[in-house]
Amino acid sequence: MIKENSGIRKEDVINRRMFIIGAAKIIIFTGIIVRLFSLQIDDNKKYLTLSDKNRIREWKLPPTRGNIIDYFGNVIAGNLKVYQLHIIPEQVENFSYLLTRLKVLLQLSDKKISNILKSKKRLKPWESIIVSENLSWSEFVKVNNYLYDLVGVKPVMTISRNYPFNDIYTHVLGYVSQPNENDILQNEIIQERFVTGMKVGKTGLEKTLENYLIGTNDIQRYEVNAYGKRINQLEYQKGEQGSKIRLTIDTEVQKLSAKLLADKAGSISVMDIYTGEIIAMCSSPSYDPNLFLFGISNDEWELIRNNPLKPLINKTLSGLYSPGSTIKPIVALSALENNIISTNFKVKCTGKTELYGQTFHCWKEKGHGVVSLNNAMKQSCDTYFYEIARLLGVDRLKITAKKFGLGEKVLGEYFENEKKGLFPDTNWKKNNLERGWVLGETLITGIGQGYTQTTPLQLCLMTAQIANGGYSIKPKIIVNNNPLNFVEAKKAMEEQNLINSNNRLFKEQRNIKIIQEAMFSSTNEIMGTSYRSRIDDPKYQFAGKTGTAQVKRISKRERELDLKIDQIPYNDRDHALYIAYGPYKNPRYALSIIVEHGGSGSKAAAPMAKKLFKLIIDRDELREKQPNFEEINI
Amino acid sequence: MFQHNRLDSNLTFIQKVKNLDYILLLSIILLSAISVFVMYSTDGGQILYHTKSHFIKLCIFFPLMLVISFFNIKFWHITSYLFYFIIVLLLAWASIDGIKVSGSQRWINLYFIVLQPSELMKISVILCLAKYYHRLKIDNVNSFTNIVIALTIIIIPIILVISQPDLGTSILIASSGLIILWLGGLKIKYFFISFITFLISLPFIISFLKPYQKLRILTFLDPDRDPLGAGYQIIQSKIAIGSGGLTGKGFLKGTQSYLEFLPEKHTDFIFTLFSEEFGFFGSIGLLILYIVIISRIIRIGAISRSNFARLFCFGFAFAIFIYIVVNLSMVLGLLPIVGSPLPIMSYGGSSMLATMIGFGIVLSAKINHKQTIS
Repeated sequence: MIKENSGIRKEDVINRRMFIIGAAKIIIFTGIIVRLFSLQIDDNKKYLTLSDKNRIREWKLPPTRGNIIDYFGNVIAGNLKVYQLHIIPEQVENFSYLLTRLKVLLQLSDKKISNILKSKKRLKPWESIIVSENLSWSEFVKVNNYLYDLVGVKPVMTISRNYPFNDIYTHVLGYVSQPNENDILQNEIIQERFVTGMKVGKTGLEKTLENYLIGTNDIQRYEVNAYGKRINQLEYQKGEQGSKIRLTIDTEVQKLSAKLLADKAGSISVMDIYTGEIIAMCSSPSYDPNLFLFGISNDEWELIRNNPLKPLINKTLSGLYSPGSTIKPIVALSALENNIISTNFKVKCTGKTELYGQTFHCWKEKGHGVVSLNNAMKQSCDTYFYEIARLLGVDRLKITAKKFGLGEKVLGEYFENEKKGLFPDTNWKKNNLERGWVLGETLITGIGQGYTQTTPLQLCLMTAQIANGGYSIKPKIIVNNNPLNFVEAKKAMEEQNLINSNNRLFKEQRNIKIIQEAMFSSTNEIMGTSYRSRIDDPKYQFAGKTGTAQVKRISKRERELDLKIDQIPYNDRDHALYIAYGPYKNPRYALSIIVEHGGSGSKAAAPMAKKLFKLIIDRDELREKQPNFEEINI
Repeated sequence: MFQHNRLDSNLTFIQKVKNLDYILLLSIILLSAISVFVMYSTDGGQILYHTKSHFIKLCIFFPLMLVISFFNIKFWHITSYLFYFIIVLLLAWASIDGIKVSGSQRWINLYFIVLQPSELMKISVILCLAKYYHRLKIDNVNSFTNIVIALTIIIIPIILVISQPDLGTSILIASSGLIILWLGGLKIKYFFISFITFLISLPFIISFLKPYQKLRILTFLDPDRDPLGAGYQIIQSKIAIGSGGLTGKGFLKGTQSYLEFLPEKHTDFIFTLFSEEFGFFGSIGLLILYIVIISRIIRIGAISRSNFARLFCFGFAFAIFIYIVVNLSMVLGLLPIVGSPLPIMSYGGSSMLATMIGFGIVLSAKINHKQTIS
């Protein structure tokens, strides 16, 4: 051993100092273990969550919309399988070759090709490019046949909205299409469930019932790597289809309405007078909502937009018309209720009447002679109604009209394009036109001209409330879970009226009866304006009132010319109106018909009612037997 | 005594084999086996480039370690200065004509191997200083000239390595060197003085740091300040380790790793992957294995008759300890990211070569622990 001079052994120094380091090592290692413990055991949950957040990504798929069915369970807005073609760029070997092949196979336009190239640049290589949203079956087969040659192409089956009855329900249902920025911003549910390729309601019930119909997204959970590439699918969570909505509408009646109005502009509405259920609601002309699903072509859109008959307007709810003579039952009822007249009250009609130097013409130039209430209604004598309107005054008339639903929305929140219409009174004129009411205006209001504006559905509701004996009903287009049959509904309605007098629209029910009889005469007695459209069979017998609304003041010269309808330019022709209810003995349904520029109500509108009542009453039994919603198996 | 000496230095082959430290040897084999499996996991459960390459390197360097161990410790004592000198030359070569990878010039192409001389310097600085202090009388240790010479031995390679630039390795070289100075008997007050000087000059040192190095320190202090940029590595590493939990996600099931969230998983962040897949228990197990290796090395140092072997063993044990601590602290978010591999586990030939040479010399010290060196 080498002994150092100082007496200190070198190895002792080394060993002692090593010992100090050893102690330090233990402390440091302990520190590391504590750190490991805190990360892996204390904060394990936190880091597991973070790790899952890293690796799991969700992809939402478009939700499946709920079906809309008619009263009998026929699907009127459903979902259809569609075939789509996607390209997954990262799987494509030769992109330009693939595009040339697809271009030939599917006859793609150059614009489409450049769109595909644009989306290719925009998307990540594993995100699919949609080449076609809706392939025809034959195209789909063709693509599948050549699939060996189309590396990177993926034919996909998916679901899309479908309207099997094409244009007859368009104004009721509306249509769906890709949401724009506004749709997304205004509806939180759409915002939350939005995915590209999803369709949302743009108009009609599809829009108002969006939150019920929309359904929840299917969710695919994928494991992804750090670059966002999908590695494998972990879970496929099926979304829930949107709620099924059952409408009160009967497709057969709707179909007939559409057929009757074919090539015409107009509207037909049919309503159950006790339950308020809308049996048909048709606006003509219409358009095919299926056109909007995959983006309507410009030509087709221009065709719809520029059609002079205005297919985009829902005439039943947004069309505003002078009611013409169809207002007369209300005028007569108001006069009776206010004890202005009795059934014996008579007026002599000479074809015109003068007031402050102004001449008011009856539609019949020669005059009706001396007419009673019943006769005046039957023949629609204008002079009689000038007289009672004058005696009644517009303010009292308005009260009655309002009770029966004029000047108010009928369906309210269901259709955002529904119009209120207008029934004037002296206050209204003062407030809105800042001029005093003129008595002459009372006269023309009494025959449904002037300021009065009504929607076809308002006239239908008005008729229904006359037909059911003067009780207020709440019109509806969607069936509740537990619909009442008509006997129950009638009972409920009458019982409710005993409790709440607001639902009773009359003072004397006798007066309603008088109006009903007058409407019966108008249709079923000789000289009645719709006598030619009557049905004698009591099963179908109905009572109605015609109306012919002027769209333009008739000049003296024109009056003298007495032109035939086809001699007048289309836009100057009168609107033809008809309101009716039936069967007369045991009323069930009310309807209103409007044919724009159709000429006279008796010639253009009333004959339609005859055909409609045949069908409606034939189907009444079926409707009563129809089981409740839950029992319908679609 | 001399007789005894000569006797020991002429050990037969059988005696040498008998004298090997089998606990250390087994631990090294176990660690090597684990490292191959973990490398297999980093390749996504396939035998790909990294697994193959790592395995081949083990197959070459492990026998090399045994060969080194069969040389007498005296031989390593004699060649220490030469070895150091060669590595300094190689470092200089790397600075002049090295291979540049992502901004740093650390590698030289020796045609049969691409070498990172700075890794070898970690060993040779210990060897060199061990010899220096072995020869120095204890009373002369604290003389000015001797301190300057010792510091020069450390500072020359550090200057070369820092200029590459490679802060991590130079810190490791410095700490390996300083530990020998400490063991050699340098006065404690010098350590205190230089530590205080270091603290005072820290702001000036920071101002000399490269922008990316400053960024690393800032990121260490608050990884969330740039979670997708500089802080990404450390955040993902912590997520991986933390989500491993008590027992881990299972072999080949580390999602952070195989979904490529983990950066540098083959090299500096290999422990992260291991910890994610084998959890707290696995990590403690690995740590224990390292502790066994370190304590065996210390024990060998303690029984060595020569101060050269003793200094080398203690120094090397400390170096291994420092590598592990720096690496683990880095992946656990306790230290800023300073590229430093985990011995044997991390992918990288030069680091493995250096470690295996170290083990070889330690084993040689064990075989010849009765050998004295005058």
